[in-house]
Amino acid sequence: MSNDSVLRIDNVTMQFGGVIAVDNVTIDVNKGEIVSLIGPNGAGKTTAFNVITGVYAPTNGAVYFNDEKIIENYPQGKMRTMYKGENQGKYRQVLSPTPDRITKLGIARTFQNIRLFKSQTVFENVLIAQHLRRTSNLLSATLHLNGKEEAQMRKDARDLLHILELDDVADEMATSLPYGKQRRVEIARAMATKPSLLLLDEPAAGMNPQETDELTAFIGRIRDEFGLTIFMIEHHMDLVMEISDRIYVLDFGKMIASGLPEEIQSNRRVIEAYLGGAVDE
Amino acid sequence: MKKKELIPGLILIAALLVLLRYLELHISPQSQWAMLLTVLKKGSIYALVAVSMNLLNGFTGLFSLGQAGFMMIGAYTYAVLTIPAEQREMVYMYYEGGIIRFALPSIVGIILAGVVAAVFAFLIGLPVLRLKSDYLAIATLGFAEIMRALFQWDTLGPLTNGSNMLRSYPTFKTILYPFIVSGVCIALIVMLINSTYGRAFKAIRDDEIAAEAMGINLAHHKRIAFTVSSFFAGISGALLAMFQTNVQAKSFNSAMTYEILLIVVIGGIGSVTGSVISSFLFIACSEWLLRFLDETHVIGDVTLPLMRSGFRKVVFSLIIMVIVLFFRQGIMGNREFSFTRLFSGRSKKSKGGKADE
Repeated sequence: MSNDSVLRIDNVTMQFGGVIAVDNVTIDVNKGEIVSLIGPNGAGKTTAFNVITGVYAPTNGAVYFNDEKIIENYPQGKMRTMYKGENQGKYRQVLSPTPDRITKLGIARTFQNIRLFKSQTVFENVLIAQHLRRTSNLLSATLHLNGKEEAQMRKDARDLLHILELDDVADEMATSLPYGKQRRVEIARAMATKPSLLLLDEPAAGMNPQETDELTAFIGRIRDEFGLTIFMIEHHMDLVMEISDRIYVLDFGKMIASGLPEEIQSNRRVIEAYLGGAVDE
Repeated sequence: MKKKELIPGLILIAALLVLLRYLELHISPQSQWAMLLTVLKKGSIYALVAVSMNLLNGFTGLFSLGQAGFMMIGAYTYAVLTIPAEQREMVYMYYEGGIIRFALPSIVGIILAGVVAAVFAFLIGLPVLRLKSDYLAIATLGFAEIMRALFQWDTLGPLTNGSNMLRSYPTFKTILYPFIVSGVCIALIVMLINSTYGRAFKAIRDDEIAAEAMGINLAHHKRIAFTVSSFFAGISGALLAMFQTNVQAKSFNSAMTYEILLIVVIGGIGSVTGSVISSFLFIACSEWLLRFLDETHVIGDVTLPLMRSGFRKVVFSLIIMVIVLFFRQGIMGNREFSFTRLFSGRSKKSKGGKADE
């Protein structure tokens, strides 16, 4: 394990009854990288994301975040536990890996089908993410004794929208925006949780070529400006090839290839998986 | 509430209280307008419980039907703790004066009514808040029914007086009492909704999965909403006990929960001011304005058909159907009523509803 490892999925298997959605997969994501996970529909890409974010507990294997084990498989019949802060085999804290705890650790995600808070404005959508860093309790927040914190939350949300060039739509209802903008708002909302690792689930799905180009620039920009590490699932090969530092390819839950974009482009097994059947020599 | 709106708001509240006091002093109990005072008192109490239900159903997206149960817990807590010691022998005549021998001041009783309801809510919330939508509604409704049966249980008689009435506890001395208590409580709920916790509730309502991905602990926040909502339902239960001057468990039936739900739906799910307005409308209609439907009317030689005892309920049911079919948004939808918007005519989304009822 290298020193700048941000995320390591270690031999993870995810089984649903007789279906093995993710089969003994190992993925490494290092600091500052943009790593893509590609593969045909039903290859288990989103399942892998759901394991990382604590939605599913893996059947086998473990997930490390900044070299700390955050998710581990659990023996049959026992409660799943998450170990935060591994210290020579001794665990400081045992938590159960619910998605909100994973987010608090610094892993934020977006969704394949956009999930914005539909009754709220863009600004309010981003503001909600500030809730996880609150120091006020229910009583002081209700009595509005946390004015300073509240002002800071609003300022942070405004600042973020400004940096991401979304301030012109800040007071619009989130779901009234065009599709491409909604995607950006969803990424902005994930960014508002101040993650060090951003998981993007098909950020370019349903976008036209122009929107895809804008998104490519946008993702590259947030990586550079916020010092983020990005792990994404994507189908748009233009986007993937242009932006990725490294690529992993899943097919039927199995890792069939990994490497630099050029290597993947010419990999026979990848082409087979995508086009179906054998490729003539 | 913005600072600019605070001063006119306070003046408005003061004017309202003065008007209420004036009405109370100048309407004689014999006049036909005496009903107005009853409607205002009961309306203010229902406004509180409707807003507390809206906090849960409208703002957190938890479909709970336990409100009457928590009101009953509040009403009983208040009554049991505030009956004067010298009256207890008479009230608890079948249970040798009951087991409680002291009496607390009225305002302490009201607060404890909320606290006890909140404790019950916290405990029942641990298992039932794992349920979603309809299942949660069934579980909470069941809880309310169980509590109602439990409170009438003979073995608990020394505490609850079994199925007998609790009475002789302190009641309203003035109409201002329910208005002030309800007003303060509704203001607190509005402040909660506008706080960072309120935003988390709305996020859970809009999309649980996304809310969780935003770092919001679902179980924790649902529990907060459920407990706080029940706290205020308990307080409104205490107020209702004071209004009715006697308490009996059997009156807190599921029909009462449906009445509250109806008020919330008519007012608009997700609108505090909508709930308040529709509470007064609903109580005015059911207690006063639609009473004529229950009486037999004779015009000339013709007796009007259908008009007999119970017809009011039929009309009510029709109104519900019309609302559900054609006006699903209710009076206010999820908007809030605001005087500044009314006068400036702008449709800007208002923050902080008026909680002066």
